[in-house]
Order: sequence, then structure tokens, then C-alpha cells
Amino acid sequence: MMDGSLLSATRRDFLRYATSAGALIVAAPLSACSRRPGEVEALVDGPPALVGAFIVIRPDETVLIAFPNPEMGQGVDTSLPMLVAEELGADFDKVETTQMPLELKRDEDGEIAWKYVGQGSGGSYSIVGHWEGLRRAGATARMLLVAAAAAEMGVDAAELTVAQGVIRHEVSGQETTFGAIASAAAALDVPEEEPALKPSEDFTLIGTPQKMKNARAIVTGNAVYGIDAEVPGMLHAVIARCPYFDGIANSVDDRAARSVPGVRDVVKIERPPLDGPYGVQAEGYAVVADSVWAALKGRDALSIDWNHGPYANESSPSFQAHCENLLTGQGQVVRDDGDFDAAFAAAATIHEAHYWQPYVSHAPLEPQNCIADVREDGIDIIGPMQMPSSANRLVAQAFDRDRLSIRVQPTRLGGGFGRRLTSDYALEAALTSAAVGKPVKLLWTREDDLRHDFYRPSGMHHLRAAFDAEGALTAWTHRLASASKYYRRPNMPETDYWQAELYPDDFPAHLVDNLRVEYFSARSGAPRGSWRAPAHTANAFVVQSFLDEIAIARGEDPLALRLRLLGESQELPYEQHGGPVFNPGRLAGVLRLAAEKGDYGAPMSEGCGRGIAAHFTFGGYVAEVVDVKIDADGRLSVPRVVAAVDVGTVVNPNGIAAQLESGVNDGLSTALRLAINIEGGRVVDGNFDTYQLMRIADAPREIETHIIDNGDPPAGMGEMGLPPLAPALANAIFQVTGRRIRNLPIGDQLRA
Amino acid sequence: MVRLTVNGEEREFQGDEEMPLLWYLREEAGLKGVKFGCGIAQCGACTVHIDGRAIRSCVTQMAAVDGASVTTIEGLSDGETLHPVQLAWIDEDVAQCGYCQAGQIMAVAAMLEETPDPSDEDIDRNLTNICRCGTYYRLRKAVHHAATLRKAGS
Ligand code: FES
Ligand code: FES
Repeated sequence: MMDGSLLSATRRDFLRYATSAGALIVAAPLSACSRRPGEVEALVDGPPALVGAFIVIRPDETVLIAFPNPEMGQGVDTSLPMLVAEELGADFDKVETTQMPLELKRDEDGEIAWKYVGQGSGGSYSIVGHWEGLRRAGATARMLLVAAAAAEMGVDAAELTVAQGVIRHEVSGQETTFGAIASAAAALDVPEEEPALKPSEDFTLIGTPQKMKNARAIVTGNAVYGIDAEVPGMLHAVIARCPYFDGIANSVDDRAARSVPGVRDVVKIERPPLDGPYGVQAEGYAVVADSVWAALKGRDALSIDWNHGPYANESSPSFQAHCENLLTGQGQVVRDDGDFDAAFAAAATIHEAHYWQPYVSHAPLEPQNCIADVREDGIDIIGPMQMPSSANRLVAQAFDRDRLSIRVQPTRLGGGFGRRLTSDYALEAALTSAAVGKPVKLLWTREDDLRHDFYRPSGMHHLRAAFDAEGALTAWTHRLASASKYYRRPNMPETDYWQAELYPDDFPAHLVDNLRVEYFSARSGAPRGSWRAPAHTANAFVVQSFLDEIAIARGEDPLALRLRLLGESQELPYEQHGGPVFNPGRLAGVLRLAAEKGDYGAPMSEGCGRGIAAHFTFGGYVAEVVDVKIDADGRLSVPRVVAAVDVGTVVNPNGIAAQLESGVNDGLSTALRLAINIEGGRVVDGNFDTYQLMRIADAPREIETHIIDNGDPPAGMGEMGLPPLAPALANAIFQVTGRRIRNLPIGDQLRA
Repeated sequence: MVRLTVNGEEREFQGDEEMPLLWYLREEAGLKGVKFGCGIAQCGACTVHIDGRAIRSCVTQMAAVDGASVTTIEGLSDGETLHPVQLAWIDEDVAQCGYCQAGQIMAVAAMLEETPDPSDEDIDRNLTNICRCGTYYRLRKAVHHAATLRKAGS
């Protein structure tokens, strides 16, 4: 994935960041390569690279490790510091962790670059991207500590051992501690030699289950999210946005709003250019007030007549009909192996199905919010962001400022799910602050969030498969008409839109001779974006449902069909994010393990069924066995899910289980009831009364995670637990009811 | 004027009595552990105790809390000694993003006062707080664990 545009960080870039109060603080840009921050954003589905860390060793033996990527629930506040602490030799119980601010610099070519390390959370890439570099950062700090200890003891550094924050000279019995030697270590020059990394068999921390570092702060209400942040003198703002896609105000009367006690100003926010890249998402009027409540009341008092915009006729049914209609024509062929038409014509048996995916919303439980302070001498941005560099870039462009004059502090996020890869709310806050000349804290309500999301793309899938008389798969086609999330990306031609929606190296590519993948770009006014495991959710649902349809039609066992199509372990090229290799044998491996642990195929009692599905997502292999119970009224429950996970080398098995459980519940919640409904060019659903996220009563009581650790390089775990859930569920439902779920969400389809 | 007690401290409020308690607690009392998630009593992120009962502060107007005693997540523990529900949450490592968890903990703490040994069905009926991260599996285990800790402690 490396190319000439990548930066080269060299040893001289390594710096001792500061020394104070006996603390050793190192900041380490130790990656062999790094990308410019602007590029990372374009690569949220591709690998943002980069590595590094801050390590602070205090005299009281506590070690503070800053994690570079924003924490949104995926556990990087624990897993990334584990990488550092392993090589450092720290006692992890004495490690505290904290969020690193966004750090940018200007490189030798005058381009903006990461100052130390890459800092975005997306694409399940945190562990992958920091695996080498953060361990090197820890190892380098250890070398300094050991060198200082050796000098003090008057012994050869090579004779010293480090464990749990203690440096020991076995021969003489001398020992010292990190805290005691830190200030001496801080005075040393960074050694020239590259620190050696531990072989994996020497790991004592990596691979052990660790609980989340910031649990106590969370359970006591002391964790600071964006919504909790404050700066002196700040005002509060909420924005009345045009509810119609790309609409504008015909007229605005803000007199009543301005007379609400506490309201200071009403500020217009311009919409982005039609069909141009989003900065903010919509035209709006920001009500700025002394308190949140005054701002909310002021907004209620605004009287705005909205023009219904260019998509006034769009509705959910009209969009579905549009996709159906597109599929009757000829699409853009994005993969064409062999001769699909000939193979299909010559087939002994053929199979065909259509599937529908609605728009869904991210709905992180913490609504969007952001503090901005736009001043002559600089701009400060504080808020929950997955990609703080995108906030920096958007604001710099909008105000024509030097990016280095804009400081961005990501806070802990109350959920992300891909929504906060986009920093539109940071720009809104900055525009509002600039207009009133004061720091402003912008708050979105839930209605703002659900109606102004960048939704998971909706679309219609058409699949066909052909088998010969011997039962071999001879041809496969996947045709998709959808509203791509690449819509309105800067410099993105429509002919590239498919890249975000279809991954042409996904199964069964390379395993079938005649394969055609075809895309139809559908028109919709709904903003779209990356939603946890982006296109993998839809594609896993359709492919893994279709496999069961085929198996049942052929009279084959669904698991056996999967295993014979996947075949043996081999390295197939995989050019999309998660590559460069897809090994179908590893996918078969998780299928076998999940089937065994989940008793797949065992007899079930009346009204109960069990389905299986597996998918390769961003380098990780996950299979799930889902149990359902359906009563006479068509009420469905999912008592148990058993998963097998192969994400290579395991850093924190507890974190893997947590993310698997999260993916299962997210997949189930979304499959059961979630859809964003569009009517008259606007989103209908505004809150959790109609957008019904799952509650505990519907959540599986048993979720088992079985991990295969085969020592392969690590993949992430934030997203891969999700894609297999919906198809495994649909397959289980079919077993009980004989009804095939081809449209999501399931809603009350089983009740009809 | 509204007089109320918040985490044991007597307070007075003279502003707009239509304002939800949520904003009073967050903005005026500085108790940011109380979270905003929906504003319409759907998610439970804003759950606090009023006179020992779990309520959703986003739909509770200041006018309704005159004379009330309010406890927030910040007032749940006994100083540094955590409440059994908080301890259980750490033991079971429930939180992911953590945003819903203060509300979940407050809802569970109140539930255990009424139902000290809840069955899974009790949990399903009583706990309607939303966790967008989907921590429900550990959350359920933590409720049972908290019930055990609570009995052991009393
Ligand atoms: S914010 Fe009160 S229930 Fe959601
Ligand atoms: S832990 Fe994130 S919403 Fe519950």
C-alpha cells in the first residue's frame, strides 16, 4: 500500500519530548512510513498508517501512556497502551492512559503531516496500524531506562533485565525502578541502534485479558465526553437545520427567538454547494444563548419557511422503485472474470434472489456536539471526533487559516460507528463561534442527529449463481443498485462510486471461474457515510443468505456447501482494505469452530432454529451461529449466539469478546427494527420512539466468543463481529418458518 | 423558586421552571455524569434518583422537583467506596463507550432496592435503558453480580 506520496519518518525524528519533574516523556514517530493527514481521511476504508506514543514515567512508578486514536468504545484506551507497555516492561496495573491531542506538523516539503503518529479511528485499523510502531516506542523508552540504570549501577546494559517496572542486574543483585531512574534516562540521547522487539513467545502482556482502563471514571460519572467539555466564557448553540435534503429557507423570522431570555444571537449557516462536497451538511440557523435551555427555547421560537429542495419527491418507496428499475438495465461492470453469460447459459441449475437494505442511522448515544473558539490568533476545537484531522482540515479551509494554527482535542466519544469520521458539526461550531466572536459549544439534539446523519447506504441487490451437473459452482454475479457513500466526496467521479459499495475480491472471487460484479449508481438526496463495517454489512447479508438459499434448493447442508466452496487454506489476493490476502481456509476454520461450539445441525425443539454465517471483514474472519425462537404469533427472540473469531495475533482477548458482543447486538438491533424512512425529501424518524434501537429484553442472553490465535499478524476487531449476524439470523428464521427474509429490517414480516 | 437537595446538598433554583432537571443538573449543578441522549424519556441516559426512585430527568421539569431529593451518579457512591452496582460494572467490565452507563447504573441501583434478587425476566421488564454499544450481555451479568454483592454487603 506504500507509494511515493508517503512520508518517511527517520530516526532523527525521534525526540525526547520534554523532561520535567523527574519524568521521562518520549514522543516517537517511529513508523517506517506515514501518510499525510488529509490522505488518511480519504482512506477510512483503506489503511491509515502511522505509529507512536507518549510515555510519561512518574517518580511514584505510575506510567502514563497516551493513546493516539480517539476512544469511542472500541477499547483503544487499553489495547494501544498494552502495545507500548509490553515492550517497555511496565507493570500494566500501574499504567494510566489518556487521549493524545491531534498533533500535526509541516514536513520538509512544507506539507501538513502527522507530528508523531496517525490519529484516526476507523476501518478497524488502530491495532493494525500501530502494531509495530507503538511497540517500538515502548522498546526505545526501555532502552533509555536500561542505559541509565546500567550507568548508575556501573554494569553492562546487556546484563540487565526489565520486568514489571523493575530493572535488575541478576549477577550483582542490584535493582532499580522506572520511577527512580526516569530522570536520568531523560537526560540521555536516544540510542542510534534500532530497539529489538520481543519475539511473540516472550509476550507477558499482549494476549492476556485486560479490563478497560477507564472503567472507574465511567461508573462514577467522571469520564469527560465532548458534551461535558467546557471552556471559559463559552456560549451555547443549537441549530435549526433545513429538514429537506439540500433545501434552503424561503423566509426566516427570528424576532421571537431573539426575545427569549438568554438568547444572544441567531446566525445563518450556509449550506454546501449543491452536489459539491459537504462541509456542514445543511443550511441552518444557529441560536446562540447563555444556556442550552435558552438556545433550545430560542430554536423552538424560530419561524422558518423551508423550501423543500431538489429531492422533494423522494420517499423510501420511490427510492426502492428507482433501484429496482436500475437493475433492469445494464450497469457498470466492475469485475468480469471468465464468461459469466456462457457459463450461466450452460448451467445445470441456477439460483437467483433480490435483497433490500434500507438506510440506517449511526445514532451514537452521545449526540453530536463540539466546542469551537475562533480567534484572530488561532482556533481551538474540542469534541468527540473519530478523525480529528478532518475537523482541522475543514475548519482551516473554511477560514483560510494555517492548519497548524488550529488545535484539535478529541474527547472520549459516546459512540462513533463511523458517524464521527465526518466533522461537519465541528465546522458548524466554528462558523457559529466566528460569527459571535466567542467560544461556542454546539449541541445537536437526537432529532438533529437522526435527521442529519450520513446514513448507511440503502440499495437493492440482485444475485445469481449457476452450478454444473457435478454440483460445482460455475458462475456467480452480484449486481447492486445503491446510493453510494462516495457521493459528494471531493474529486470522486461517479464511475468510482462502486468502490465503496462492492468489494470485488470478496468471496467467491478467485473461487469461481465466471464472476461478474455490476454496479448501478442510484440517485438520492440522503447524505451517506461510513457505518460500522461499511459495505460488508449489506454484502455479508446478501451473500450469506443466498448461500443458504442455494444449499436448501440443492438439498445440501448450508455449512457443508460453504466449506466445499471455500476449500483449502490458500492465499488469495485481496486488494481492498483488509488485504493484501484473503485466506478462505481461515474463514472455513471459524465456520467449523463456530459450528462445533454452537451445536450447529443438532436437533432443535419446536419453534426453534439455528443459522450460520461467516464473513471476512477488514482482515478479520468471524463466523456466528445464531439461535432463534419464534412463537405462534411470530414473535422472535435470540437466546444464544456463538461466535468464532480469527483476527490473527490477539492483543486483548477481553476486548475481542467485548467487540464481538457489541457487533452481535448491533447487528441484531439493526436487523430487527432499524430503518430510516424518507418522505417528501426529508427524514421522517426523529427519535428513538420510531427509530427503535434494541433494549436488553431483546438481546441474546448468551454470547460466546471463541478465539483462534494462530500467530498471524493482528487484524482489528471493531467491526468484524457485525456482518455475519443478520444472515445467520435470517438463515435461522428460515429454518423455523420457511420464510426467507430478503428485506431488512425484519420488522413485523414474521407476523404477517 | 424551587428548593431541592442534590446529592445531599440543599440548593435553590430561580430560573425557568419549565426547564428539565437534566439541564439544571448538567449546566447549573455541574453534574455532567447525567447524560443527554434523546430528551423524550426513551434512552435512560439521563436517569437519576428522586427520593430513591429512578426517573428520566430529561422530561422532569424543575417545577416538579420542588422539595425533592435528587441523587445523581456522582452521589451514588459513599465517598471513595463504590456502590455495589458500580463495583459489579467494573468487575464485569461492562462499559464500552460508557455514555449510557451512568444511567444504566442508576436504573439498576433503584431496581435492586425494589427487587433485590432480580430474575432475567425482571431485568427485561425493568431495564429499558438503551445501550447503543450493545453491552447488554455483560450488563445482565453485572446486574446479577451486583445483586450478590449487595446482599453480601448488607
Ligand atoms: S435523555 Fe432522558 S431518556 Fe434519553
Ligand atoms: S456503552 Fe456506549 S452506549 Fe452503552
